[in-house]
Amino acid sequence: MSRHVVIVGAGPAGLGAAAGALRAGADVTLVDASEQPGGQYHRMLPDAFAAADPGRLHHGWQGFERLRDHVLRHPRCDWWPESTVWSIERHDEGTPAVHVLRGEADAAGRERRVLQPDALVLAPGAHDRVLPFPGWELPGVYTAGAAQALAKGERLVVGDPVLIAGSGPFLLPVAASLIEAGATVLEVLEANPAATVARGWARRPWELASQAGKAGELAEYAGLLARHRVPYRTGRAVIEARGDGRVEEAVTARLRPDWSVVPGTERTVPVDALCVTHGFSPQLELPVAAGCALARTPGGAFTEVDTDQCTTAPGVYAAGEITGIGGAPAARTEGLLAGWIAGGGDPGAREAGALRRRRDQARAFAARLAAAHPIGAAWPGWLRDETVVCRCEETTYGSLCRAAGDEASGSARAVKLGTRAGLGPCQARVCGPTAAELLSGKVPGANPHHRPIAQPIRLGELASPPTENTPDPDQKESAR
Amino acid sequence: MTRIVVLGAGMVGAACARELALAGFAVTVVDRSGPAAGTTAHGEGNVLVSDKGPGPELELAKLSRELWPAILDGDPNADAAEWDPKGGIVVATTAEGAGALTEFAEGQRKAGVTAEEMDVAALAAAEPHLTRDVAKAVRYPEDAQVQPTGAATALLAAAVRAGAELRTGCEALGAVRRGGRITGVRTSAGTIEGDAVVNAAGPWSGEVAKRLGVRLDVRPRRGEVLVTAPMPPTVFHKVYDADYVGAVGSAAEDLQASAVVEATRGGTILLGSSRRRVGFDDRLRPEVLSVIAAKALRLFPMLAGVPVIRAYGGFRPFVPDHLPVIGADPGLDGLWHATGHEGAGIGLSAGTAAVLRDLMLGREPAIDADPFRADRPAVQSEGENL
Repeated sequence: MSRHVVIVGAGPAGLGAAAGALRAGADVTLVDASEQPGGQYHRMLPDAFAAADPGRLHHGWQGFERLRDHVLRHPRCDWWPESTVWSIERHDEGTPAVHVLRGEADAAGRERRVLQPDALVLAPGAHDRVLPFPGWELPGVYTAGAAQALAKGERLVVGDPVLIAGSGPFLLPVAASLIEAGATVLEVLEANPAATVARGWARRPWELASQAGKAGELAEYAGLLARHRVPYRTGRAVIEARGDGRVEEAVTARLRPDWSVVPGTERTVPVDALCVTHGFSPQLELPVAAGCALARTPGGAFTEVDTDQCTTAPGVYAAGEITGIGGAPAARTEGLLAGWIAGGGDPGAREAGALRRRRDQARAFAARLAAAHPIGAAWPGWLRDETVVCRCEETTYGSLCRAAGDEASGSARAVKLGTRAGLGPCQARVCGPTAAELLSGKVPGANPHHRPIAQPIRLGELASPPTENTPDPDQKESAR
Repeated sequence: MTRIVVLGAGMVGAACARELALAGFAVTVVDRSGPAAGTTAHGEGNVLVSDKGPGPELELAKLSRELWPAILDGDPNADAAEWDPKGGIVVATTAEGAGALTEFAEGQRKAGVTAEEMDVAALAAAEPHLTRDVAKAVRYPEDAQVQPTGAATALLAAAVRAGAELRTGCEALGAVRRGGRITGVRTSAGTIEGDAVVNAAGPWSGEVAKRLGVRLDVRPRRGEVLVTAPMPPTVFHKVYDADYVGAVGSAAEDLQASAVVEATRGGTILLGSSRRRVGFDDRLRPEVLSVIAAKALRLFPMLAGVPVIRAYGGFRPFVPDHLPVIGADPGLDGLWHATGHEGAGIGLSAGTAAVLRDLMLGREPAIDADPFRADRPAVQSEGENL
């Protein structure tokens, strides 16, 4: 009997993993919360990294379509759209079980299913990261990802005029999408100084040779901004949003390399909307629930993998942004390799070697981007006592600092329960990394990724027993 | 001045540190992690008399219930403790359960607990969303709830104000002995000298006892709690199934579950509870969560559409005879124990600290402390963790 591989996430990494596992001869169940495969692929990450013509919103689409069609039409692939992984159950030994809810997220009575694969590939991806600043909770302040998704998916602009600020290569495609959708972009602010950005890009230039397409793509975005006379300024950030009930003006300021504000450089800019991005946070709750060790890097925590994308948990592989923010090409290559190995493919096969080389090149390029766009350590200097850090529970920076500073309440869990930071509906997905950074070195024991219920499940759904799986591999048609 | 080292900065350690510091001892609280980071942060915050039948544990519960308001009265951090004397309602959904509940409540009344019979109208008025399919309901107005980490950190802060010192990230490794007495604790951060040592390490107190060279049969018993998304007020008391008393009193290793439903100040609803003896295995089991959900829905069917956004689990300090251990170690002079409260340690911490303080001062405690002695066979028998 062939191996059964479950793949969580149908973005570039998950689709790659499916293709790799299918090639190795495995039966595949591909699980994703969305109705369509692709993940954030055609919305955010690929535009930052993949070769793309900014004049067309869905560049790189052909390759994606081919991969998608190959996987979804494959007789050994069972595609589970609108399927949410709410829990991963570790056994004493062997590959963990995957607990899934099938059905529209808003529909009552989704069906509970339990998958017990021979191997599990986790490819859940990443979400926008936004650092807090005074006024960031005002209506009219958007994550850049949300603004781009609206522009590309719905052809809606979040406001006009709009200011885009933050750090990282993602600023450019967001600006491009908004310009394409008809908005006036006032300026694009990269918080890092030009020297840091240039140093990151100029280091080890030979690495660029293999990734020329991506570097060229970023240059094209720069060209688009120039044609529309949108200034791209480095070393400047939005440090405050103001307005009565919604954002009306942004306060920008010049930053030092550590992102501390240069006094006297503040400028007030009237805006209708503000888009902010500070990179991406990997979605680590599933790897943590599966028992995977995390690797701490200067860019944050990621799932630890070996050269074959194996995690430290038995039978569990990881690919894509949860192993390091690398963009779509790196994710797809990692997925192919992870799927191949998870599906029982020969690690010594020639094409596995080729995949490792391609992955390493893509990773090197991603590392270069990370070096060009670090998060400055002095950003908490923008915060005031009353600045909201956790938007769900309206926990302020001041209350967080007071709780952490009091030795009697100074454990991560006591601070969390005492201030309620991270206890609201988003379950610390937004504020968790931020709060952990603000508290690091002050209180022990913070793990913002521990979320054993990975997605909300209704009590009625939880109370009903899971539907038994039919072992028949030909159930493909009925599952569709 | 007599120096006392308290091992454990959870609820029981915090309450003991506070009482001992107020009594004039020089107290050092030692915890390998941080304040209220273990069992205390993973429970529901019960201050209950309703689940205890007549006997020494009920006496300790009554003493604790009397002490809690006085302890929090005037405390600058009292608000964080979220003291809520909301009262408990125990419901039986079967005729058999109703008979057992009637008998149980009768015994409690004789022991001085207020246990009020509720008719259908009174129950509907008190808990409008509760199932109507109830065979019997009893109200316990003395039951209360605290937010456990808030309560523990408030008491710890009170101890610090009274002169106690807090050493976190500091793990007890062994005893320093001189002439058959304990004179200090070797820790990961060096030796801490003391004239007496209090073992308040909750489910880890068996292991701590072993490191100090003595025997104490306290074992972990796993529990899980589900947390819903914040809701408008829906559940007004601590409402639980009469099965709960049976599950608390059982010693079975396999899963025991019964419905315990209550709201928090944050608007979330906590749904408990499970009891499993699985060592320190901290994996959440979906089938256990499923059983908890099903039992909770039997009491509150209207919660079926409410999303669970979080689940947490912890370890209760379990003793085979279900009584806390409060008193001197029989083998090592200067070592005291305050542990083994299973799922009741938050509520019982107040009385435990008062009893321990009196015992250490050589005074007569407010209640008979003999049943809690550390030399009783249930605690000194061959434990599975030794």
